[in-house]
Amino acid sequence: MKPWMPFEWIAAIRFLREGRMQSLLIIVGVGVGVAVIVFMSALLAGLQSNLIKRTLSSQAHITLLPPEEVARPQVALDHTALRLQKQAQRLRSIDQWQQVRDRLQKWPEIAAVSPLASGPAFAVRGDANKSVTLVGIEPERYNQVISLAERITRGELRVGAGETVIGIELAKDLGADVGDKLRIATAAGASETLTITGLFDLGNKGVNARNVYVGLRTAQTLLNLVGGVSSIDLALHDLNLAEALAQRIAGETGLTADSWIKTNAQFVTALTSQTVSSNVIRFFIGLSVAFGIASVLVVSVIQRSKEIGILRAMGATQVQMRRIFLLQGGIVGFFGSIRMARRCS
Amino acid sequence: MTDPVLQLVGIRKCYGCGETESEILHGIDLHLARGEFAALIGPSGSGKSTLLNLIGLLDRPTGGQLFIDGQETGQLDDTGLTRLRGQRIGFVFQHHNLIPAFTALENVAMPLLVARGRPDAAMFSIAGDLLDQVGLAERKQYLANRLSGGQQQRVAIARALAMSPSLVLADEPTGNLDTHSADDVFALMREVNVRLRTTFLIVTHDPRLAQRCDRIIELIDGEIVSDQPHAVG
Ligand SMILES: Nc1ncnc2c1ncn2[C@@H]1O[C@H](COP(=O)(O)OP(=O)(O)OP(=O)(O)O)[C@@H](O)[C@H]1O
Ligand SMILES: [Mg+2]
Repeated sequence: MKPWMPFEWIAAIRFLREGRMQSLLIIVGVGVGVAVIVFMSALLAGLQSNLIKRTLSSQAHITLLPPEEVARPQVALDHTALRLQKQAQRLRSIDQWQQVRDRLQKWPEIAAVSPLASGPAFAVRGDANKSVTLVGIEPERYNQVISLAERITRGELRVGAGETVIGIELAKDLGADVGDKLRIATAAGASETLTITGLFDLGNKGVNARNVYVGLRTAQTLLNLVGGVSSIDLALHDLNLAEALAQRIAGETGLTADSWIKTNAQFVTALTSQTVSSNVIRFFIGLSVAFGIASVLVVSVIQRSKEIGILRAMGATQVQMRRIFLLQGGIVGFFGSIRMARRCS
Repeated sequence: MTDPVLQLVGIRKCYGCGETESEILHGIDLHLARGEFAALIGPSGSGKSTLLNLIGLLDRPTGGQLFIDGQETGQLDDTGLTRLRGQRIGFVFQHHNLIPAFTALENVAMPLLVARGRPDAAMFSIAGDLLDQVGLAERKQYLANRLSGGQQQRVAIARALAMSPSLVLADEPTGNLDTHSADDVFALMREVNVRLRTTFLIVTHDPRLAQRCDRIIELIDGEIVSDQPHAVG
């Protein structure tokens, strides 16, 4: 007996040691339960962060676009109802995008701001002709939003005048490689022949087949957007604030701001329901572990009825007796948890 | 009677009272003075253990008054009863007296440990002295269930004395012992009674042992039918 140890602790530990097999079983039981909970949590957290990372590897956290053009209803003279047709959105520049860029750059929540000029085009090489998205970027800024430089599999990220970086899918489709020439033509009739300086793999087949990166100036010329940008990509410090921040930016700039949460609504819903169902499972595992401990306690109280009688006869209060058994539960739960938590981590 | 250790006034006890009229004790009046050594006898089922549990404050009477060392116990809550029990009353039962997870020494020190909350050297020296007195100096560190029945009863008596109680209640303390060990255990209680003037109330089925007590109280069907002082032979 350790002299500092209270009577209840002494009795609880002795009883646990005496019923060694039972104590061991319950410790293992608690341990397995805790292990499953820890394992599930880790698995899910890892899975989700991986999924989000993949999704966002080719996507900005927030994309700013010019405000949608709305068709204004004209009052018909004969007061018959007119059907309002939504106007087709043409490629427009963001008004005073430099100011918007400089202003947003100062927001503490925003990690990077990258203006883009992008629009549809055709990539032509020999007989092959592919519909692509021409994306004009300022590489240093764009890299802070989407780590394109890290994703270059051949060549390098260089988009000076007359240079382009394309995805590995497109390169395969066109039979092109670094150093080859590629002609880019837009519907408006502008065209330019570019040299491929690098191939990228952003982990998304569609993007790898579609995106053609060029310098901002080249894209502006080809898309007839001289001096303008069609969108501004933002990277945030905290992914989860994207939607709230998008709404704030939309309110302050009058631009359309789409957060990744909104553009991937289904994906985010799936993640959320996955989290919910895992929480439910974890809750029930926790509950069954708790019930396990409780039932062992009940059994041990019954098994110890003789000892309880003796201790009561010797002046132990009800509170003391209750403490002895709760302590046993606590000790077993504690050791079961740390044993398995340690083994798992 | 001077200096009463125990007074019962019209003590009644029934289990599940109401429709199933099952009154076990029908108004018991009893006094025990300090230093008395009394036997409680009676046929099986007459209510001896029930009465001992009431006196030991392990259970509450349905009616009547119970005084321990002059203190009325009816008004006490569980904590009060427990404290009084721990300080004034020692128990020796027929079986399962000791806690097997503890050694003989620890079992004897247990009432002190329960009362004081933490172990200290003084309680083990008291317990050691008591074990010396009951002739088990050699067995102090034995786990309780590794002792013989007679040895266990001696340890139980030593433990009953740990808090220097006014009253020791023994429910068939020699019930599962052979004649020889029973005599030893009985003699030990008698010796303690003489030396420390501790009051004993001993339930026994053994008429031979009952004859060796100062007083024999006979209980039949929940009533005291005879209560006579007995000359020690
Ligand atoms: N908890 C209880 N609930 C209901 N009845 C009980 C309870 N305890 C004892 N009894 C009844 O009370 C009566 C007296 O029992 P008690 O144990 O006091 O007898 P006893 O005189 O000690 O007998 P023995 O000599 O066999 O030990 C018995 O009829 C028993 O059935
Ligand atoms: Mg009995």
